[in-house]
Amino acid sequence: MEEEMHTDAKIRAETGTGSSPRGPGCSLRHFACEQNLLSRPDGSASFLQGDTSVLAGVYGPAEVKVSKEIFNKATLEVILRPKIGLPGVAEKSRERLIRNTCEAVVLGTLHPRTSITVVLQVVSDAGSLLACCLNAACMALVDAGVPMRALFCGVTCALDSDGTLMLDPTSKQEKEARAVLTFALDSVERKLLMSSTKGLYSDAELQQCLAAAQAASQHVFRFYRESLQRRYSKS
Amino acid sequence: MKETPLSNCERRFLLRAIEEKKRLDGRQTYDYRNIRISFGTDYGCCIVELGKTRVLGQVSCELVSPKLNRATEGILFFNLELSQMAAPAFEPGRQSDLLVKLNRLLERCLRNSKCIDTESLCVVAGEKVWQIRVDLHLLNHDGNIIDAASIAAIVALCHFRRPDVSVQGDEVTLYTPEERDPVPLSIHHMPICVSFAFFQQGTYLLVDPNEREECVMDGLLVIAMNKHREICTIQSSGGIMLLKDQVLRCSKIAGVKVAEITELILKALENDQKVRKEGGKFGFAESIANQRITAFKMEKAPIDTSDVEEKAEEIIAEAEPPSEVVSTPVLWTPGTAQIGEGVENSWGDLEDSEKEDDEGGGDEAIILDSIKMDTGVEVSDIGSQDAPIILSDSEEEEMIILEPDKNPKKIRTQTTSAKQEKAPSKKPVKRRKKKRAAN
Repeated sequence: MEEEMHTDAKIRAETGTGSSPRGPGCSLRHFACEQNLLSRPDGSASFLQGDTSVLAGVYGPAEVKVSKEIFNKATLEVILRPKIGLPGVAEKSRERLIRNTCEAVVLGTLHPRTSITVVLQVVSDAGSLLACCLNAACMALVDAGVPMRALFCGVTCALDSDGTLMLDPTSKQEKEARAVLTFALDSVERKLLMSSTKGLYSDAELQQCLAAAQAASQHVFRFYRESLQRRYSKS
Repeated sequence: MKETPLSNCERRFLLRAIEEKKRLDGRQTYDYRNIRISFGTDYGCCIVELGKTRVLGQVSCELVSPKLNRATEGILFFNLELSQMAAPAFEPGRQSDLLVKLNRLLERCLRNSKCIDTESLCVVAGEKVWQIRVDLHLLNHDGNIIDAASIAAIVALCHFRRPDVSVQGDEVTLYTPEERDPVPLSIHHMPICVSFAFFQQGTYLLVDPNEREECVMDGLLVIAMNKHREICTIQSSGGIMLLKDQVLRCSKIAGVKVAEITELILKALENDQKVRKEGGKFGFAESIANQRITAFKMEKAPIDTSDVEEKAEEIIAEAEPPSEVVSTPVLWTPGTAQIGEGVENSWGDLEDSEKEDDEGGGDEAIILDSIKMDTGVEVSDIGSQDAPIILSDSEEEEMIILEPDKNPKKIRTQTTSAKQEKAPSKKPVKRRKKKRAAN
């Protein structure tokens, strides 16, 4: 099994990492996740999808400013910082999408008048950035021990000009695609938590992408489960 | 979040340990923590870990017009950001002192030392030069930010490759990375900062203080040096008084440390270049250690999407048809259209809360309204109807303006008389506009 993986690695190496063309069937890129890598935040995770990498740090439940406190639940705040330049409107909109997803999942009523802060730093962007941010945020929240009703994952689909569906597109594929759709799905029933789309597509294509994303989310949740199993294997 | 204050017993413990030449992590007085440098897939991206302090550095370039007084030199721009994940106390408004100090020190170390050849960044004199931008993000704060940041900056600059440009007469050709290999920056030397923390009014010295040691230190001496033992920057902060031989001793120690760190950097750069040339795997994915129990990798996973179309058709067949939406836009005048009825106007609420608002808040609303109003004529018209009553020219007296429809509202003193005139005329205008909108 390991030898197969080595030969796979060699074949990939010849074509260069990150730029290998994927076959007609959809596939997700190479995933990697490391938890608890920062010492100051309560929870942290680094999530890599191919060449896209996002680092997430979570502080919470912690003290909240009186102006921001909510009397019956936790105040969730998401901060996304790009690698180059100052954060702009695109970052603000992504922050809001991620915050809405987290608020649907985090059991804020268990920690009223506290704040849960999720800080995301883009380490490298090679396509499917929003999905990678969502995955990193989820793993960081798990690492911090924040109570949640379900896990969530992000999956990106791209539709190119002849209608072919691609999962987890690279930045080149995203640029050439007719439409790029990102979905956040929950782990219990694969229901849709958040969707953010860009481009032109029909309603049949939307449902197809959603079904494909649900199929892909199975793999992502299996990855989460295996990585957590590994982490807690020695107790 | 507020910073957890250091308890007195912890402070005493640290100081007593330092007096006995002991450090909490077992290091010697002149020992550095482990430095780990990893590179990303794009050129100019690196993460430096100095113990647990982690800094991400990225270099990017852009063609811009040069500064007017330096027409043949490129532009260097440094930006260190203390990310909110680095420490709970780092909030957007709160870290300005530390941030300014670090940024300034970094600029002096890298820009004033002329380690990058800016003349080589010129493309067309007076018109186009390269602007090199170095963005550093502190990801985890465990002390000694400046050392980690300076290492990250110089490593990222050495790793970076800019697109190749050729100038033939008047024609300038910019090659993409696919056409021609990108070109490294021309770097003369590598300045690296070394920090020394002083305790008990300069009696005890520690190299590379960690976060706890920084909390109890009296002062900090930072020396930026390159491997040729040239001092690029030296800064002493904290108000400690150092003797001449103490500073000389520190500079000797810095020389030794910088030589070690420079060797480490060169080795890391060489390794990365070798891996890239041989076509091996590079990037952050490779630097995640396999053996760590908290790290997990999964190879490329194919997804079976063959039944996607059937599922989609099923869902659409079962779903209710979308409700008919007929939009009837009404055109009032050229440029003003209305779709739908809208909800009840909530501007009425704003009037009540305004009375409790600060003058500052009121001013903001004034500015917004003045932008909304198309013609300045409107303002002056209403202003002249309501000729502002200037009781006296004195800037210290309180001024009370009686408005025709509202209760008199006291206006605090303004700094200039021009403002005095404008403020009263604008307030009635604002009220009137609100009333119109409420109708």
